[in-house]
Amino acid sequence: MSSSTQTAQYNPAYHRFTLILAICTFLLIIAGALVTSNDAGLAVPDWPTSFGSLYRIPPMVGGIKYEHGHRMIAEFVGLLTIILAVWTQRKDARSWMRKLGWFMLLLVIIQGTLGGLTVKMRLPWYISTAHAMVAQTFFSLTILMTVFASRRWIETTRTLTRQPDSGSLNFRNLALLTVLAVYMQLFFGAGFRHGGLHFLPHLIGACIATLILVWASFTGLLRFGAIKPIRGASIAILGLLVIQLLLGVAAYMTRVVWGKDAVQPRPSMVATTVAHVAVGALLLAHCFMLAVQAYRNLAPAAGLAADQKAVVA
Amino acid sequence: MKLALGLLLILLTIGCSKNETPPASYKPQAPAAKIDPATTATISGVISFDGAAPKPQQIDMSQDPACVVGKVPPNFGEAYVVNGGHLQNVYVYIKDGLGNYSYPTPPPTTLDQKGCRYVPHVLGLMVGQKLRILNSDPAMHNIHSMAHENSGWNESQYPGGDAIEQTFSKPELMIPVQCNNHPWMKMYVNVSTHPFFAVSDADGKFTISGLPPGTYTLAAVHEKMGEKTAQITVGAKYSKTADFKFSSSDIK
Ligand code: HEM
Ligand code: HEM
Repeated sequence: MSSSTQTAQYNPAYHRFTLILAICTFLLIIAGALVTSNDAGLAVPDWPTSFGSLYRIPPMVGGIKYEHGHRMIAEFVGLLTIILAVWTQRKDARSWMRKLGWFMLLLVIIQGTLGGLTVKMRLPWYISTAHAMVAQTFFSLTILMTVFASRRWIETTRTLTRQPDSGSLNFRNLALLTVLAVYMQLFFGAGFRHGGLHFLPHLIGACIATLILVWASFTGLLRFGAIKPIRGASIAILGLLVIQLLLGVAAYMTRVVWGKDAVQPRPSMVATTVAHVAVGALLLAHCFMLAVQAYRNLAPAAGLAADQKAVVA
Repeated sequence: MKLALGLLLILLTIGCSKNETPPASYKPQAPAAKIDPATTATISGVISFDGAAPKPQQIDMSQDPACVVGKVPPNFGEAYVVNGGHLQNVYVYIKDGLGNYSYPTPPPTTLDQKGCRYVPHVLGLMVGQKLRILNSDPAMHNIHSMAHENSGWNESQYPGGDAIEQTFSKPELMIPVQCNNHPWMKMYVNVSTHPFFAVSDADGKFTISGLPPGTYTLAAVHEKMGEKTAQITVGAKYSKTADFKFSSSDIK
């Protein structure tokens, strides 16, 4: 693996920058969810211009406030991503990290294009759903980059802390499964939110995802609790899962049950649905983190023995 | 690589959807006859509502100050407008039974935006007839038509901006139209192949005139409660009444 041959140096400014990008992206996800929850997706009918202009800011009232505000934050995040890619390319010794930086740039361009398509095509559910899914993927990757740029990641040698992890459904696979389960929920949830799917898949999915996430985080705590990052991610996933389930019920009640005939998006509907999207994004990011930490810190018993021999030699 | 391919696929998709030819305007199959104006009949009636109607919900328009300039009366949702048991905003039309006639295209009909509400809330027009959309507000609006049979569109209109003109090429019922800048602004457009339609007024009344004699299926459509139909036969120069009744049990 290239990471063990190339030594990266911890760079506090770069680390802080990745963190700022992650925070801005989280705010952007909230801003995007506000667009959807306020039914404001088409308040600005054109793209890439807004009311015919690339730079003039329209009056920020009503739905335009949400839609154009979201575009402006997205442009800012796009700019930060360009800086990230260039900075990583110039300063990070890890070639996979440099590739990840460029991949992030590609992803943000795809995401911006999908955003434009939602406007151009007047919100077909599959484009809106793709936009919601790429958004959370991008956010999760900003979080992972923050992890990869952290002192702890850079300055611990993974081969020395590794523990054995065996079996067909080993912990690494289980951790990957949590990512998959949350993606499934993201797809079903967004498909429902944008009017393309029924609610039932998301509800059944919630039961399955809950099982997988509880199983994985308990395994993480009970078997690998000594590995700090795994313990941390497991606890976060459990906490976020409980909040997410409660928010899901609240979103269902306010938007679907009580809000069925609402004349306009009510504050309670907006708050619960936006929070459900935002916590969903945090949950996905933490499942990614769990998987990454599992792969970094655990290895099949056989591979581990070979690894350690290599270190000793 | 996969992502690039995915992107390409999406671009192709819009490429294709953009190239879709607009639906051809509706045309009767056989050569059409003209209606003899000396023989036409009139159907009129009242739409009533039985039971307790849902209470109109007051709309909060504070998110755009331009909607509340001067003294504006409170704005209420218009899904159920019931006046002394009479139901407004029901679209009534001849659903079936018309022979093969040709009709001149009527002059444009108007949809206005006033006080951040649509006037009227429900309207009918003919295939090919122009819909002129006006903005009498100091607010910026967008008008988003969510048609299924016809092609949808979304356009913005500045305060006092030029009228927007749209036409519909296929018959379609209750096409939702919404403003995404003021998401409470919703109205419905109904498109028919003939001019025999009406929308019930504040007293629940409607009148359809100029009908050739015949036996018809008359339908009354409400945006939330759906459709009710009645069979009706009118002779030459006849005036007939046909009333419809909706009730709280029709609310889905
Ligand atoms: C990095 C860039 C972007 C990110 C991370 C992002 C994220 C999001 C998120 C999370 C949502 C909410 C989805 C939901 O609630 O289901 C959203 C909605 C939306 N975004 Fe973006 N967005 C980005 C760029 C853009 C751009 C450039 C546009 C350009 C117009 C745009 C237009 C929209 C629209 C119109 C919606 C509402 C969709 C709907 O109601 O169906 N986005 N965005
Ligand atoms: C593991 C558990 C869950 C996860 C990860 C999850 C995730 C999500 C996500 C990410 C979205 C929106 C996606 C988007 O458009 O950006 C969503 C939508 C939704 N979810 Fe969940 N969800 C979970 C459980 C639940 C539960 C238990 C319920 C209710 C009983 C629920 C009800 C809803 C509803 C009603 C929406 C649509 C909101 C709207 O229409 O605006 N969710 N979910």
